[in-house]
Amino acid sequence: MSVTATTTAVASTARRKVLPGFGLTMGYTVLYLSLVVLLPLSALLFNSTGLSWAKFWDVATDARVLASYRVSLSTAAAAALADAFLGLLLAWVLVRYEFPGKRLFDALIDLPFALPTAVAGVSLTALYANKGWIGSWLEPLGLKVAFTPIGITLALMFIGIPFVVRTVQPVLEELDRDMEEASATLGAGRWRTFRKIVLPELFPPLLTGFSLAFARGIGEFGSVVFISGNMPMRTEIAPLLIMSKLEQFDYAGATAVALLLLLISFLMLLVINTLQRWVRKTSR
Amino acid sequence: MAGTVPLYAPQSRKSVSSPATQESAVVKWLLIAAAGLVLFWLIVLPLIVVLTESLKKGVDVYLAALTDPDARSALRLTLLVALITVPLNTIFGIAAAWAVTKFRFRGKGFLITLIDLPFAVSPVIGGLIFILVFGAHGWFGPWLSAHDIKIVFAIPGIILATLFVTFPFVARELIPLMEDQGTQEEEAAITLGAKGWQIFLRVTLPNIKWGLLYGIILCNARAMGEFGAVSVVSGHIRGETNTLPLHVEILYNEYQFSASFAVASLLLLLALVTMILKSWLSRKNAH
Amino acid sequence: MKKRIKKGLLTGFTLLLTVGLTACGNSTNSAGNPPAEATNSGSTTAATTEPTKAPSKDPVELLNVSYDPTRELYENYNKAFSAYWEKEHGQKVTIKQSHGGSGKQSRAVLDGLEADVVTLALGYDIDALQETGLIHEGWQSKFDHNSSPYTSTIVFLVRKGNPKGIKDWPDLLKEGVEVITPNPKTSGGARWNYLAAWGYALDHNNNDEAKAEEFVKELFKHVPVLDTGARGATTTFVERGIGDVLLAWENEAYLSVKELGPDKFDIINPSESILAEPPVAIVDKVVDKRGTREVAEAYLKYLYTEEGQKIAAENYYRPTLESVKEEYKDKFPEIKLFTLADKFGTWKETQEKHFNDGGVFDKIYVPGK
Repeated sequence: MSVTATTTAVASTARRKVLPGFGLTMGYTVLYLSLVVLLPLSALLFNSTGLSWAKFWDVATDARVLASYRVSLSTAAAAALADAFLGLLLAWVLVRYEFPGKRLFDALIDLPFALPTAVAGVSLTALYANKGWIGSWLEPLGLKVAFTPIGITLALMFIGIPFVVRTVQPVLEELDRDMEEASATLGAGRWRTFRKIVLPELFPPLLTGFSLAFARGIGEFGSVVFISGNMPMRTEIAPLLIMSKLEQFDYAGATAVALLLLLISFLMLLVINTLQRWVRKTSR
Repeated sequence: MAGTVPLYAPQSRKSVSSPATQESAVVKWLLIAAAGLVLFWLIVLPLIVVLTESLKKGVDVYLAALTDPDARSALRLTLLVALITVPLNTIFGIAAAWAVTKFRFRGKGFLITLIDLPFAVSPVIGGLIFILVFGAHGWFGPWLSAHDIKIVFAIPGIILATLFVTFPFVARELIPLMEDQGTQEEEAAITLGAKGWQIFLRVTLPNIKWGLLYGIILCNARAMGEFGAVSVVSGHIRGETNTLPLHVEILYNEYQFSASFAVASLLLLLALVTMILKSWLSRKNAH
Repeated sequence: MKKRIKKGLLTGFTLLLTVGLTACGNSTNSAGNPPAEATNSGSTTAATTEPTKAPSKDPVELLNVSYDPTRELYENYNKAFSAYWEKEHGQKVTIKQSHGGSGKQSRAVLDGLEADVVTLALGYDIDALQETGLIHEGWQSKFDHNSSPYTSTIVFLVRKGNPKGIKDWPDLLKEGVEVITPNPKTSGGARWNYLAAWGYALDHNNNDEAKAEEFVKELFKHVPVLDTGARGATTTFVERGIGDVLLAWENEAYLSVKELGPDKFDIINPSESILAEPPVAIVDKVVDKRGTREVAEAYLKYLYTEEGQKIAAENYYRPTLESVKEEYKDKFPEIKLFTLADKFGTWKETQEKHFNDGGVFDKIYVPGK
């Protein structure tokens, strides 16, 4: 393997000593990324260039399309935010405490990934529809969950929670306790220590978890269509519009909507990732 | 240990730490209770629905649903797909995490975002892009059809779509973790004369093994549970290109609700088994 | 720096290739074999049968790509046809089934799913295949009755005892009545629902299009949930208990009553509805390639025979053969039915006017357009 050869190379840009394997891992990363992700995705780009700019603009700024973007983005953001808080709580409890049933607790976190999204959608609708276990309790209170944006948010929270827990958990596990101890020795209260010492360390993975849950939420289809009610302008999500365009054999229109959606989430991820790296740098 | 109030001696650093870094018992149990409540509300309740629905018509229907030949062929296909996609994405994840966290280069944030991209792609689109590339009217469509090679609406297409959807999991799990750990240990190893693979196997791997395992488990769970993207490229041929999630949909659409939820619970079971395996590994490791 | 990346690319490529090849090896083993066999046997069949008409003994496989509600129908029919074909021609035929939303299934065939025959919910989805040359022009006149061996119509499913007193289309617009129908943009069945309502309104308003639009607009104001597919809508109505009336295919309505509780629902036949004609067609390009034309044609033709028609009737599809019609006339009550051609013209025109983006259906929901 070429690894030994690369070890002798001297880095000019890095302050750090150079570790081996940059060429190998970078090359492989780029290649695999291109083959599995970028090449197929570029098909999307080329397919929608079949549209003229004017037509593309027409499709993308249609009132119904705009409304669906609004629904998708706002519910995904709300769900990711809620997941960030709840996920931190779950991860904290899982890493720091011992209690009976902890292993089962831990194992349950991943199940939203394993459950086919459609099943998740059906189950959640069964729970929250006005004759469901929870829905029938909420109905007298005048709170409607199923077939409203709240329902969509709930479904997305279900889909997204493992992202947050599983990105925070490993970092929390590896977190050095010495700093916390030092802080405690210096007389800081537990809450203050948490805020000043632990939280800054956890902020990057929290942001990652948030952004992943958010990105996943924007594109989610299977679980949402059951609980959203799909009312145009109100609870219709963008991926559903893509589907309905395909149903008219309008591939170009569908890819145009998809491309714009992709662009929005890509930019958001980019901003969050940059922010995250910046936070890390300043906290060092 | 710097604690000045060692009321009781800590036994292991991981689980029971000095009291200075622990919350009071009240806070601790309150937090546990809150977490339990969240878990119950968000995750357990929907699962209870799945289980009660699957057992509504009795154990016979449940077992019949699982031993049905179509269900078994779907299970085989699902396992095959996971068996191929998970290792591929794991290798990629490790390579990407190494490249991203151990070196400095320009455009790193951009690269990480590209890795995240499949998460942001709607599953419908995740399937559609492979149709655009390999479908009859896609880029390679005419060539493939001339050579009688089937990619979409056959197993290779299902594998590709799953590969795409589960692409970021391992990498995304490892990057924050390895970033957090920095490079000092590896650098120390290199000063001591260790070679590339040695460093990775002896120094890095032990440090990242839990993160890696999480990544693999998530990747695996998602690979088995993926519905949207696979649904687009599968062609839904019974007993041939139906995965378990697709089989769930078929049963559901045939009004066989109990059977459908039974197969879904099988997927949950598979996921639980992988988690318990992880648990077992970590316990074995602790001793 | 560049050199190292190049080296990495190379090593990476080899690595990927090795893993990829082993993976492909696995998958082609399990995926490639059956189709390969099928093509072989298919071509030999064609070669031997065409000149001599001598039956070939090689087993043959057909793929029937169909829409959602026909699962039970074709499950029974395939058995009957296999038995018939083996008895008549001494050849074993296996029919593989694929089911899904009609539009989605049509797209799959369009994009390369090698279906020998398609049996879909509406002509529009088969027209799309014709446009790309997969199916020859004039497919609709190839078999009797517009290539629709069985028909259906749109009826109302209401809760037991019909508490809201729903008898006909205008009752759907009564205060407080909630109507469940899937989204016409994503569901073939829902398009028939929409057109049935439109056609009724035309008939009762001296063919005034504006009045019909008003009627349909009002109707969709009573729809609280738009599911993406017909079976999703049925679940919403039956399992979730939402809505007072479900607009459904007649066959779907009977099936859901049978499967989900005869004591819970009633079927109401409106005074007038649409004759839904789910068409069938041979995918010419595929059967020619695979050499399965003869058996594929026989497969569809057999749908028109007495046995095929009986199976359709048993599965709540309206038969077209007079003798079978007579036999099952108690099962299918007389409803005044109009056809798509009567009121709307071709599918292409209908689709463009009503369901495409910016069409009449969109106007119901998008304000100011």
